[in-house]
Amino acid sequence: MHELSVVAGLFDILEEKAREAGAVRVTAVAIRVGRLSGVVPELLESAFDSFKKDTIASGASLRVETPPLRVRCRSCGKEASTEEPLFACPDCGAPGFEILEGMDIFLQKLEIET
Amino acid sequence: MEKRELLVLRDILGTNKKIAGEIRAKLKEKGILAVNLMSSPGSGKTTLLESLAGRLKGRYRMAVIEGDIETERDAERIRAQGIPAWQITTGGACHLEAKMIGKVLAEVPADLDFLFVENVGNLVCPASYDLGESLRFVLLSSPEGDDKPKKYPEAFLTSHVLVLTKSDLIPRLPFDAARARREALEINPRLDVFAVSALTGEGMDAVEAFLVGELEKLRSAHA
Repeated sequence: MHELSVVAGLFDILEEKAREAGAVRVTAVAIRVGRLSGVVPELLESAFDSFKKDTIASGASLRVETPPLRVRCRSCGKEASTEEPLFACPDCGAPGFEILEGMDIFLQKLEIET
Repeated sequence: MEKRELLVLRDILGTNKKIAGEIRAKLKEKGILAVNLMSSPGSGKTTLLESLAGRLKGRYRMAVIEGDIETERDAERIRAQGIPAWQITTGGACHLEAKMIGKVLAEVPADLDFLFVENVGNLVCPASYDLGESLRFVLLSSPEGDDKPKKYPEAFLTSHVLVLTKSDLIPRLPFDAARARREALEINPRLDVFAVSALTGEGMDAVEAFLVGELEKLRSAHA
């Protein structure tokens, strides 16, 4: 339930980038939310909608992408991609993964008007 | 008016990670072992710290940063043990962030051995925020149930140590400590697992020895 502080962090970057690019408006925002980031996309959308008022992105739409989790088995080194929680390597059956993608929340791109 | 796409590709929690990295480097350089304690409310974080305070006092210098939504209560409990403590009240936020720690660190003495940060009681959100700790502890108390690791995997995935607390209550509860341990290790096989009762002292010797060992490791790596 820390979606609002995630959105605050998102706007810090958004405002900086929009200013640098000389934007007058941000019309669309695309983010990528890792499945293990602890953030719920629906709540992020609500937080975004209340935060955007009176900002350069007041009319912006938000697109949230949740890519599959990508892991590497610590035992056999094989990589796997999964939509579901994974507790054992589909290849060798051992537990324990290095998370290649799934922990982070990235601001991917902005659509701006200059 | 021209419309165009701007590629950004920035980690939204990147600022927190950067501040945390700076805090970690600074604390390690001073030879301070920083431990971030995470768990649900009421799992026994403060009681574990009270027990450690009694054990480490006189031989090691420790300080505690307490995170709660409201009140100074936890900091007062720690101060009653003769240990300096700082309370961060988040006023509603469900987790601590690195910049909050950075602000308090300005007041914390530099001649320390251990700095414990007791996170806001919450098994979900604190896991996403690096505070600059060297070690992350997740606590799971027996009354919470042995099924929690797989229900809240991120906290277990990102921790170095699992402490199963309130072990003195296990005989009265349907808590299968072996299952809790097994499921946590399936999520993160690198966890060091301890079972303790901070009230009776059972298992606390092992936790204390582990912490002292980790402090020595940190000191020899940064000597």
